Amino acid sequence: MQWAHASEIAGAVADGRASAAAVVGASLTRIARLDGVLNAFTAVLKARALAKAEAIDAARASGRPLGSLAGVPFAVKNLFDIAGLPTLAGSKINRSRPRAARDATLIERLEASGAVLVGALNMGEYAYDFTGENVHDGAARNPHDPDRMTGGSSSGSGGAVAGGLVPLALGSDTNGSIRVPASLCGIFGLKPTYGQLSRAGTFPFVASLDHVGPLARSTRDLALAYDAMQGPDPNDPVCTDRPPEPVTPLLDRGVEGLRIAVASGYFRAACFPEAQAAVARVVAALGVTDEIEVPEAKRARAAAYVITASEGGALHLGRLRERARDFDPAVRDRLIAGAMIPAALVAKAQKFRRWYRERVLELFGRVDALLAPATPCSAPRIGQKSFVLDGVEMPVRANLGIHTQPISFIGLPVVAVPVPLKPMPIGVQIIAAPWREDVALRIAHALEQAGVAAAGEPTIKG
Amino acid sequence: MTKRRAKSAGKRGRKAVRAPAAKRTRARRAHRDPLDRFVDAAAQALALPLEPAWKPAVRANLEVTLRLASLYADFPLPDDAEPAPVFKA
Repeated sequence: MQWAHASEIAGAVADGRASAAAVVGASLTRIARLDGVLNAFTAVLKARALAKAEAIDAARASGRPLGSLAGVPFAVKNLFDIAGLPTLAGSKINRSRPRAARDATLIERLEASGAVLVGALNMGEYAYDFTGENVHDGAARNPHDPDRMTGGSSSGSGGAVAGGLVPLALGSDTNGSIRVPASLCGIFGLKPTYGQLSRAGTFPFVASLDHVGPLARSTRDLALAYDAMQGPDPNDPVCTDRPPEPVTPLLDRGVEGLRIAVASGYFRAACFPEAQAAVARVVAALGVTDEIEVPEAKRARAAAYVITASEGGALHLGRLRERARDFDPAVRDRLIAGAMIPAALVAKAQKFRRWYRERVLELFGRVDALLAPATPCSAPRIGQKSFVLDGVEMPVRANLGIHTQPISFIGLPVVAVPVPLKPMPIGVQIIAAPWREDVALRIAHALEQAGVAAAGEPTIKG
Repeated sequence: MTKRRAKSAGKRGRKAVRAPAAKRTRARRAHRDPLDRFVDAAAQALALPLEPAWKPAVRANLEVTLRLASLYADFPLPDDAEPAPVFKA
């Protein structure tokens, strides 16, 4: 079942067609065979995973009810706490941290639904990255072409799911770090509403922008994982008190009656042909004719950039003073610069943020969802520093997220859907109003049913 | 370097070696450049280690950040506009 969706695995385990131990064993075997190529994992938890799988099989044998994700192997970006491991957050410095005493909330919730944690995943250092390169652990590699980037910063999450090592992974998204790797690796990613899923037990980056969410190879798998993880958490002060609103039962409602528009202006600019082609396919499949310009998106991206640099610099100030040489140089230099940003510019960015939020929320009185590119291009080559677009040379590291940043800036829920273009896939964002993950997931599911969005299986030579 | 300064350097017992012209130009520009001086001062004020080899990248990053900030810094907002440091979606 190496390419099976999480929903298919859970169904097979529930009705006895497969054992959790066999499924998890197969995942561990595939990791051992292919991770030398993909470099997605930084830790594999073989003993823990097999013990958990056997417990699920024992539960089934004794007639106890199984969870919605029974026997589903999953892995997490290594900024999630895993009991017994130091939480690396992609860094060298954190290797000397004490081992985590317990799992992050979302790991506990997925495992309570029967999923089985098999490992920790590579990521850009301290999540300040869109490329998937990491000077300490090496670059994560794209399963569709190992010479190309996975995107970041949830790089291993993208590679592990797209490569079929696991059907489900968790990532974090501050400015695009779930949606960018989902796009470049050709898989589905959900960045929920800000505050919707608990961040307790994750290493932070930019507290006022950090989100966490799942990556998978189908919309249904995103929904199953999302439903298993919803709910208030006193250990995350930002986590909402809203009761869970399950979305899985709503997926098959289709798009009938939903008002969908394509984002114009800023979101149409700075796109390579493949990004334009992917949006065009989605627009055509949904029969979308309306265009809406998101007001001041360019300024929003700039303000998100400044808040990120400043909060990031502040978070790491002590480590920069004490251990500057142990950072990835590309991250260190940005963090040092971030620590120097005048406070007045950050305060203005936070004021602008609320203004921008109000204007964008007004749009959701007219539409239920917006469509926009997830990345300006398909996966660049590993090591590529810049690309030339419309005659302008732009650095890759900062610009892979130009279409995602203005959206996460105000916490809107987004599903990134993969459009399987050749030779490389690329994603499209489906953006909904706050707390309306169901709308974005319904549209994604409809696109998947229509064959327009799909996670294609790569051929990996391992 | 003038004859007087060369003599002065000699008096201090240092070898009067001229830096390459391009390097001297860069050094003079760096000394005059306000952002260079800001980076040096901020690093000192914040007790941040800033090795000479890192400075061009730090400066470049700060320059990009300030350029982006200029996009919204003068955007008209009322004085009572509420910031969103703890954000609610």
